[in-house]
Amino acid sequence: MSIALKERDLYLADFVDLQKERETLDPTWLKELRKNAMQVFTRQGYPTLKDEHWRFTNVSPIARTDFTLAPLGQIDAGSLASLDFSDLGIPRMVFVNGRLAPEFCTGLDRLEGVRVLSLSQAIESGEPLLERYYGRCADYADHAFSALNLAFSSEGAFIHVAKGAVVEVPLHLLHIQTAAVDPYRVHPRTLLVSEESSEFTFLESFLGMGDNVYLCSPVTEAVVGDNSKIDHYRLQRESRQAFHMGVNQVQQGRDSSYVSCGIDLGATLTRNDLSCVLNGEGGWAGLNGLYLLNQKQHVDNFTTLRHGAAHCNSREMFKGILDDSARGIFRGRIIVDKGAQKTDSKQTNQNLLLSDNAFVNTKPQLEIYADDVKCTHGATIGQLDETALFYFRSRGIHQTAARSLLVYAFASEVLETLNVAPLKEALISYLTEWLPKGDLVRELYQK
Amino acid sequence: MLEIKNLKVSAGGNEILRGIDLSVKVGEVHSIMGPNGSGKSTLAQVLAGRDTYEVTEGEINYKGQDLLEMDPEERACEGIFLAFQYPVEIPGVSNTYFLKAAINSIRRHHGEQEIDAMEFMGLVREKMKLLHISDDLLKRPVNEGFSGGEKKRNEIFQMLMLEPSLAVLDETDSGLDIDALRTVAEGVNALRDQNRAIIIVTHYQRLLNYIVPDYVHVLSQGRIVRSAGKELALELEEKGYSWLEEQPVGSTG
Repeated sequence: MSIALKERDLYLADFVDLQKERETLDPTWLKELRKNAMQVFTRQGYPTLKDEHWRFTNVSPIARTDFTLAPLGQIDAGSLASLDFSDLGIPRMVFVNGRLAPEFCTGLDRLEGVRVLSLSQAIESGEPLLERYYGRCADYADHAFSALNLAFSSEGAFIHVAKGAVVEVPLHLLHIQTAAVDPYRVHPRTLLVSEESSEFTFLESFLGMGDNVYLCSPVTEAVVGDNSKIDHYRLQRESRQAFHMGVNQVQQGRDSSYVSCGIDLGATLTRNDLSCVLNGEGGWAGLNGLYLLNQKQHVDNFTTLRHGAAHCNSREMFKGILDDSARGIFRGRIIVDKGAQKTDSKQTNQNLLLSDNAFVNTKPQLEIYADDVKCTHGATIGQLDETALFYFRSRGIHQTAARSLLVYAFASEVLETLNVAPLKEALISYLTEWLPKGDLVRELYQK
Repeated sequence: MLEIKNLKVSAGGNEILRGIDLSVKVGEVHSIMGPNGSGKSTLAQVLAGRDTYEVTEGEINYKGQDLLEMDPEERACEGIFLAFQYPVEIPGVSNTYFLKAAINSIRRHHGEQEIDAMEFMGLVREKMKLLHISDDLLKRPVNEGFSGGEKKRNEIFQMLMLEPSLAVLDETDSGLDIDALRTVAEGVNALRDQNRAIIIVTHYQRLLNYIVPDYVHVLSQGRIVRSAGKELALELEEKGYSWLEEQPVGSTG
């Protein structure tokens, strides 16, 4: 039990306030869910280093902090526009400190074949899919941050892609956390349901405006229908002092395709739980990630990929670039159920260390119960290839530039999985700022 | 152009080059031959500035400058080009980009303007034709998925694009079939002129039928044991390297 009595009372007091506030807003089923979630949270508290799945990520800084609920954040159009990644030229739904900011939402009318509502709109209209799926996919019984989010989440997005709809235009869900004096917590939530044979791409970005301490613990649930294709990108660039504890839970139908790419740039402490279950035959799951860390940043990617049916393929590619004293943790669990014959699964985690003090701990974890499967995994932790570096220098390219080009080349494999061009470009721009002599990298992309 | 005096080089505590003297003037083509382990590749790599080798003694003078004081990129900018024996693959960086970055780096070094797109493509087309390299090879990442022969041809292609003063070819012919060999030779011969020098490190004599050297040196156990004209290559072809090992060291013909 890692919440001290004093803090637990603080969370409980906040919860009682929330319940009062939502008394007339929440349907009964939601009230029940919240209550259950809160019970789980207060009973278990935050995880400790003794917990099997949290051995390398110490969340005591979170447990120790008194968080208020997120203050009302006011931002003006100018400061929003100057925020990297905020304007990608695609339809955008904006949340500021966990509240919908309709004044900044744009282009949603360009989306055809998909309903996009704020969660409060969906709750208010009694959306039936909500009761069916909300809080049912993401396992909160064993996960403090998931439980905390389910208890406290009061806003987010509900996306329903219609049967057969091929939505050409991607959607950007932008979660902005403003600067503030006191540490606060915010719990955005997304539920996506895609019907049979539909296709949709969406990006969730989490951006901090300042340098302040806050906890952002989002939960995204995705129910990917039979034969549908979902591309899901996640961009995390929280304040450098923030904590980002994210949970993604995906349930896939037969013949479906789910491709995700998670990019972690900010926060001081990040943990991403990504759980993907292939429930029907013929499914495809492609999980990609890139973390770009320096100073004392810490990112922990914990993935659980379950092959629950036969003839499914999966590929995991997570890459990390770590400088200074940054720390990268990767745990890739792959579970192949007994009936999941002809599973074809490959997992790689590659880490590039740019300094002597950077640290990586990577571990694949395969639990295979079927006997006719192909499962490979590999992990590397290394520095820039000296031979490649010399090759560049022998052609007259200076060492600093050569190093940056090689780092870019390393990252580009993950960036290439992004199908939203403005996002890819924005990331390349970011990378060129992050790297010394990055201007040469910019030229590389523009070739 | 190049003056090597009493060069001694070690790696991992082992002495590989045991006092090399070599003089290469502009316009000349020198071939360095020798059995495996003689130190041929080491010499080539040391000229390019590979720091895994330690120069323990001696000096190298290049165009009047102390080469050993120069970084690899400086040497390249000053006109030295090494065609690698085992070119590395670089996923994520296209051949086109790599070449452009190299050309511009060298131009910047000389205070020249960067190459513009049209000039670049013009140069590329010209050299590609000579080496029978296809268009799509350019867009691909450097050497990625290239066969051995393609990698070697890519080295020569880069050489032609960068127009070095001193080209050092490290066993460029090894592993090539006769057609690829002829193409590579054409490429190298196209570079021959009075203002340039070429050093060809080779194990086999065959390439020298196509790129006729002015001088042939035989390296054995870290020393040049024999230097002569192009006939020496033919003699070696007939008699093998062991014949030379029986000869007194330092005989020049």
